[in-house]
Formats: sequence, structure tokens, C-alpha cells
Amino acid sequence: MTNRFLPYLWTLLFLALAILLSIAIGAVSIPPKDLWQVLASQLTGILPDSLQTSAFILWKIRLPRTALILLTGAALGGSGAAYQGIFRNPLADPYLIGVASGAGLGAVLAMSVRWPYTFWGLMAVPLAAFIGAMLTVFVVYMLARVGKTVPTTNLILAGVAFGSFAAALTSFLMLRSTGELRRAIAWLLGGSSQAGWGPTLTILPYLAIGLGILILGGHALNLLQFGDDQAQQLGLPVTRTKTILLLAASLATAAAVSFSGIIGFIGLIVPHIMRLWFGADYRRLLPLSIIGGAGMLLVADVLARVVLAPQELPVGIVTALVGAPFFLWVLRRVKNQGYW
Amino acid sequence: MLKIEGLSVSYGTRRVLHDVSLEVCSGEVMALIGPNGAGKSTLVRAVSGVIPLLGGKIRTNGDDLAALPPMQRARYLAVVPQAVSLPPAFTVWETVLMGRTPYLNFLGQASASDEERVQHALERVAALDLAERRVGELSGGEQQRVLLARALAQSTPILLLDEPTSNLDLHYQVSLMEIVRGLAQRDHLAVLIALHDLNLAARYADRVALLVGGEIKAVGTPRQVLTPELISAAYHLPVSVISHPFADAPLVLPGSNV
Repeated sequence: MTNRFLPYLWTLLFLALAILLSIAIGAVSIPPKDLWQVLASQLTGILPDSLQTSAFILWKIRLPRTALILLTGAALGGSGAAYQGIFRNPLADPYLIGVASGAGLGAVLAMSVRWPYTFWGLMAVPLAAFIGAMLTVFVVYMLARVGKTVPTTNLILAGVAFGSFAAALTSFLMLRSTGELRRAIAWLLGGSSQAGWGPTLTILPYLAIGLGILILGGHALNLLQFGDDQAQQLGLPVTRTKTILLLAASLATAAAVSFSGIIGFIGLIVPHIMRLWFGADYRRLLPLSIIGGAGMLLVADVLARVVLAPQELPVGIVTALVGAPFFLWVLRRVKNQGYW
Repeated sequence: MLKIEGLSVSYGTRRVLHDVSLEVCSGEVMALIGPNGAGKSTLVRAVSGVIPLLGGKIRTNGDDLAALPPMQRARYLAVVPQAVSLPPAFTVWETVLMGRTPYLNFLGQASASDEERVQHALERVAALDLAERRVGELSGGEQQRVLLARALAQSTPILLLDEPTSNLDLHYQVSLMEIVRGLAQRDHLAVLIALHDLNLAARYADRVALLVGGEIKAVGTPRQVLTPELISAAYHLPVSVISHPFADAPLVLPGSNV
């Protein structure tokens, strides 16, 4: 029985460490002792004057960013694992199959029609991204399909091509944009830096629905690994299940992309590592990929802040630097050993 | 009992099965034979509900299986597919446990009685010692036994097998067929098994159905169906049929076209 909970323990420990790093490290680093005092001041109400600046940074800048990155990583890790399971494709990732770029285009279109000043306006952005994501899934799937099967590399080729197209349209919109929109699109492409709590709260309900469905879908994803025929013979209503899972994964991706930008490879790397360490059972793999994705993106974000400090790299650059070689490694494994 | 009535299936405009009717009783092994492309696999897939029917009914005790949702159908009917390209990373235990799907809650949590069924199914195919191994590490014969165990874990009165012996060597072919016959005789399953090998059909089936060009040409005991006339016509090859030297069954010997 201990065996069952150990994987969760390790990944949660990793996540906790990543959160600490993310809060403590930045342009102004906050030592653990100060961090503790600031947090404690919420309860005691006592905050020394010397820590006023730290408190401001922590509450207004550091924590909102940590929360947003955490949620984004969770969404990317979870939806990556789900896409790999639905398409039976070890290379699937929200970025590589083009869904992230499609969602980004949807979000930017919504913002350029009308910049979201109100809360409900803000809530509409992930919905537009969701529509973009679903359209992308549909188009890419149709393009990649050969008869009843979707060859592994076809899906990626179609995804990358369609993703580039969507990204080009996004850039075009950005170039002819002005003011607020330009700033918004800048963080859409690069990852957010000064977002406040608004975006975090906005994507929370979408993520809760999307990731919640995916976690419940673990057993169905296990069955789908045997192919549509066998899954149905074992009692799974295949078409309906796949549709629901695709909707859920795309909702999570769309929410992540709406305010954190297009970040590749997290959804590829994390499920693979979890599968290598903790086995292929999707009932475990999904929650672990969600926790692991959150931790992994937080670490990548810390690196992005540290490497060229005081300048910040977009976090997508860090994940691509690690992710692209990883992708090639997986590609070779797939070729050598057949599908995993 | 499985009762197939007037089943027709087409792929696009091509009619693959014409008005197929067949009855498999409980406790009986019915072998489905016929040349390549005759529609054996299609018939198994159609009965299992994964392709739409053009017409016809699939009944068991009055229930129309084709009209049931997959979850309920999976309590009546289990399928043993050919063991090709199985997901290699699951363990044998995990794989067989998936046979319990029709009885699990939506989270896929297994109860103690589910685990008991899995253990029993693995014992039945003599694969309990493989339980912790990953499916990808197993030989073809072992994988095929695991798939049979998964179907048994499904606890259904009807069992369909789609050419389960085609990738197996002689030893595994015989032991698989012995297990299948035991399932019919001892557990009273209705077994429909598509077979490539006429002599396996002759030796292990109670009755044989000959499918040619999507139509049933003959149904009966092995001696009634495996005759030189019927088999020569179906396979376009002269054959002679002799008595099996040490089993009570006919033995089909292929001749030559020239």
C-alpha cells in the first residue's frame, strides 16, 4: 500500500520545493527568514518596517506569478498526458500538436475585438482560446488521419504546420495592434511577468473543470491504449469518451495559454518522466503529470528569471531548450521500439 | 447462447457479409473457417458491436445485443483479439483487470471480488506467475493467454475469439485450444472462434461453420463440413480428407494446384 502513495509523495515534495524557490528567487531575493516573517504577519498583524518592500513584492508580484505559473504547468502536464493517451502517441504535447498556438490565436482574436476591461470580459478570453483549441484539434486530426489510424509523426507534422500558421496570424495581429493589446500579446508570446491576481482567478474554474474530468478519465485512457475496438469490446463508449476527454484537455490547454502564453514541451516531458518512474497506469499518471507539470514549469520559470538577471527570459525559451532534445530522444525511442 | 440472425455488413459500398445466420449454443465450441477475406474477422467484429450493421439481429436469451450500450454488451460477450501491438507498459495484472471494466464504477476502482476474478482467470490460463511482468516483455503465446484471461475476467456467457492461434507455435496452439474447449465444456460458455487452421477446427470444435465470400456455405460437425467437396470448392484447391491417426476427427490434407 505504501507503494501506491509514494509517487504522490515524491512529486508533491518536488512541487513544494519548486514553489519555495519560485517565491524566494527573483530580481529581489527574499531570504527564507524574511519570507516566513511576511507570511506570519498575515496571522499576527505585525510587520517590521524593514520588510514592507518584501511584503509588497511577495503579495503583489511574486505570489500571483507563482500561482499562475503553477496552474499553467499543471494544465500543460495534465493535458499533455491526456493527448498522449487519446491519440496513443508518445510525442503528443499541447504545443507540438498545434493546440496551444490555436488557443493563443483565439485569445488574441478575442482581445483585439475588445480588450477585456471587466471581470466577465476577462473570463471570455479563455473561452475564445478554447474555441481556437478545439478547431485546431479537429483540423490537425483530419489532416493527420490516414484511413482509421493517425500515424505518430503525421500528427506532429500537421500540428507543427498548423501551429506555425496560427502563430503567424497571431504575430500579424500583434504587429497591427496598439496600446494595451500589444502588451497583452507580448506576454501571450513570452510568458507573463506582471499579471496580478486577475488572470489566476480567471483560469481557475476552467482548469478545475478540465483537469477534473481528465483525472476521472484515467481508467478510460487505460482502455483506449488497446485501440478503439478492444476498448469498446471491454465496455467503453469510445467515441463519446474520446470527445469528452479531448474537450477537457483542450479546455485546460486553452486556459493555460490565455494568460501565460505558448509554452512548449512541458506536456511532453513530464508525462514521459512520470511514466518511466511510476508506470503507465493513467489513473496515476494523470494526477502525477499535473503535479509534476506544475513543479517543472515553476523550476523553468525560476531559471528564466535567474539566467540573465536582471533581464528575464520568456519561460518558453527555457522549456524549449530542454524539451527539444528530449523530443528527439523520444522520437528515436519510438522508432527503435515501436509505440510506447 | 448466441443467435445471429440475417446479419449483413458492408464497408462503404462493398457488401462483406450477406445475410449470415448462425446459432452457437452454451457449452459448444463453434469454429468459423473460410479462406482469407471471407469475412471471418468482420463477423467477429460485427457481433462484438464495433462496426455498424446493415441489417440483422444478434440475440442472447431474447436480448438484442446490437441495441445495447457497450457497457451492458460487455457483460454478455467478451472478445479475444489477436495479440498484436498491445500496449507494452501495462503489467499482466493491470491488463487482465481491464476485463472487469463492465462491473467497475466510473473511476475504475476494483473491489476484492474483482481481484479474485482476475486471479482466477490468470490461473485458468496458467499465467498467474506472469502477473507482475510487463506485457511488452512476454512472448506471443504468453500475450495471447493474457488476452484470453482478460476475456475470462469479463465473466460473460459468450466468448468470441479472432484467430487466436495464428501467431503461436504448435505447443501454444494446442494448449490454447484445450483451454478453450474446457471453457465450453466445464463453464458452459458459448464459444465462437475464427480459425485459420482447419485441423485445429476439426479436432477441437463441436461444430464448424464455413464462411465463403461473406456467406455461410455449410454448418455442421467437423465430419459434415470438412469434406473434400466443400473445402476444395471454398479454397480453390484439391484436398483429401483422412481420419486423424490418434484423435476422433477428420484431417485435411491440401493437394496441389498443378
